[in-house]
Amino acid sequence: MTDAPPPLLDVRGLTAAFGRAAPVVRDISFHVAPGEAVGFVGESGSGKSVTARAVLRLAPEGSPLVWGGQILYGGQDLLRLDEHAMRGIRGRRIAMVFQDPMSSLNPVMTVGAQIDDMLMQHMGLSRRAARRRTVDLLGLVGIRDPAMRADDHPHQFSGGMRQRVLIAIAVSCEPDLLIADEPTTALDVTVQAQILRLLMRLRRELGMALMLISHDFGVIAGMVERVHVMQGGEIVETGDVDALFAAPRHPYTRALLDAVPRLDARR
Amino acid sequence: MSAPLLRVRDLCVSFPARRGRAPVRAVDQVSFDIAPGQTLGLVGESGSGKTTTGRAILQLQAASSGSVQLLGRELTAMSGRDLRAMRRHMQFVLQNPYSSLHPRMTVANTLAEPLAVHRSVPRHAIPERVAELMTLVGMDPAVVNRYPHEFSGGQRQRIVIARALAVNPDFVVCDEPVSALDVRTQAQIVDLLQHLQARLGLSYLFIAHDLAVVRAVAHRVAVMYGGRIVELGNAAQVYENPAHPYTRNLLDAVPVVDPARQRALLAEAAADPDFRGREGEPGPCVFGTDHAATATAHWHDIAPGHGVSCRFWPPGAAPDSR
Ligand SMILES: Nc1ncnc2c1ncn2[C@@H]1O[C@H](COP(=O)(O)OP(=O)(O)OP(=O)(O)O)[C@@H](O)[C@H]1O
Ligand SMILES: Nc1ncnc2c1ncn2[C@@H]1O[C@H](COP(=O)(O)OP(=O)(O)O)[C@@H](O)[C@H]1O
Ligand SMILES: [Mg+2]
Ligand SMILES: [Mg+2]
Repeated sequence: MTDAPPPLLDVRGLTAAFGRAAPVVRDISFHVAPGEAVGFVGESGSGKSVTARAVLRLAPEGSPLVWGGQILYGGQDLLRLDEHAMRGIRGRRIAMVFQDPMSSLNPVMTVGAQIDDMLMQHMGLSRRAARRRTVDLLGLVGIRDPAMRADDHPHQFSGGMRQRVLIAIAVSCEPDLLIADEPTTALDVTVQAQILRLLMRLRRELGMALMLISHDFGVIAGMVERVHVMQGGEIVETGDVDALFAAPRHPYTRALLDAVPRLDARR
Repeated sequence: MSAPLLRVRDLCVSFPARRGRAPVRAVDQVSFDIAPGQTLGLVGESGSGKTTTGRAILQLQAASSGSVQLLGRELTAMSGRDLRAMRRHMQFVLQNPYSSLHPRMTVANTLAEPLAVHRSVPRHAIPERVAELMTLVGMDPAVVNRYPHEFSGGQRQRIVIARALAVNPDFVVCDEPVSALDVRTQAQIVDLLQHLQARLGLSYLFIAHDLAVVRAVAHRVAVMYGGRIVELGNAAQVYENPAHPYTRNLLDAVPVVDPARQRALLAEAAADPDFRGREGEPGPCVFGTDHAATATAHWHDIAPGHGVSCRFWPPGAAPDSR
């Protein structure tokens, strides 16, 4: 295995705790190769979102989060980078789609202006070029009549439309790695399929790597090469997606797979 | 059949026009009934008007026209005072268990608030009712002095449900009540909602995009597209015999927990779907021009209790050009 490419992201012994409380993520290690897609599944509270946020060193608002271990990205340890250098990575090289769309959008700015700002800041586009790109991006994530809807405020969008805006913002800078935390939970299955296809295409065309967090096993099944199952802040099973779904080894993984609701489960 | 608990007829909601454009018609001539103790599942495209329909029924959003009757009383024309009294009968359970609870209010205060507002029980009896509500939703009454962030997503959703039930409603709109939850927690909350329905005779409007969950809870199912109901029927009719092309699209797009099949399914999904057109306005429908534009004119009853709005019905027939 000497010719395996060095990982883009190499997380070693990551631990995360809120203040002085017991750690909620304990000694986890995983890696993501360039262009690779890895999935994270597990019950609510198992530490998926905290893990995702740790990679970008983003604590939830008002919650002091402390980290230990190493997060190696392009050979440097992100946990040791100063905040200025970290800002160059966030949103530009590694982008994230957060779980809660409303709290990550600015309620008093139009949706379009928020995407314009990102593009001007990170891609150095002029205001006019940024707006053209913004309209393209909104169309790409399936917002109808994007030129007009760019002038809406977030509260004028449905839940699913807001979630799509976050995806548009995240992919706007063509990141090397996209961390998507439950990116399609608010979407109907046909729009979900379009978004998943879009993510696949970005992987193919930009060589973008993907860290996908979802409690929907169907979504994970079609999107990633490897899966990590989290329970109580630890990774309890890791495997190739086909093997893990065909023959889960950990009882917890089996229990989760058994709980997936089926279409024919009538009342 | 008994009189419906909720009767919605030709409900329309428009949002004001922007910069010289036509108003957005988010809900367009929506009609359905919900019987006592039954659940209507509402599924459909993101942005198709499901939440707006729920809000308009609860009079949290003004309807531009149409009728909403709960327990035989017309809500749309009601005075503020009468409406406040009716609010006791209808409640809302929202999608996001993280933002729908006030972060600085204890569970006890969260549950006591509606009891005090509606004077449902005498002030001294509130703590007892709060404890009873906690037990009802399967939580330990001993934790009532904690704050929302101390609970898991599933526990928070139980508290949100307890708050909705505090005033003993007859009808609850559940807007994506489980979509933020993992599968095992989802199953627990769905069980809880069904248990409460059986025990208290509640009726639900259950809005969700997870078709398997809707299959498990709904007696009847309505499918929305572009502000309109395009198909309505008993759950078995809609799932086993979908008539509208959009309904079939939805059912075909449900992800499967089998990596090889799911990859193939995604690869087959429409490569570049036609997303043009204006949300909430008629067409262009991916199934043919003006498909939605003429919805009412093209409503077909295809079996008792099962109808579809489609100008290509029956399949194979020349498009109906009425
Ligand atoms: N306050 C508002 N002002 C203007 N337009 C609005 C407002 N609220 C909703 N809309 C528009 O009404 C339409 C229907 O929105 P609604 O929230 O009902 O969709 P939904 O079916 O619940 O979608 P989702 O599944 O994504 O939650 C959308 O086009 C939306 O942008
Ligand atoms: N802002 C916060 N303050 C304190 N604890 C938190 C906060 N956010 C999450 N936690 C705790 O961290 C753990 C992991 O949460 P999270 O990563 O959000 O789980 P998941 O995304 O897997 O559902 C849980 O025990 C949760 O209660
Ligand atoms: Mg999470
Ligand atoms: Mg909605």
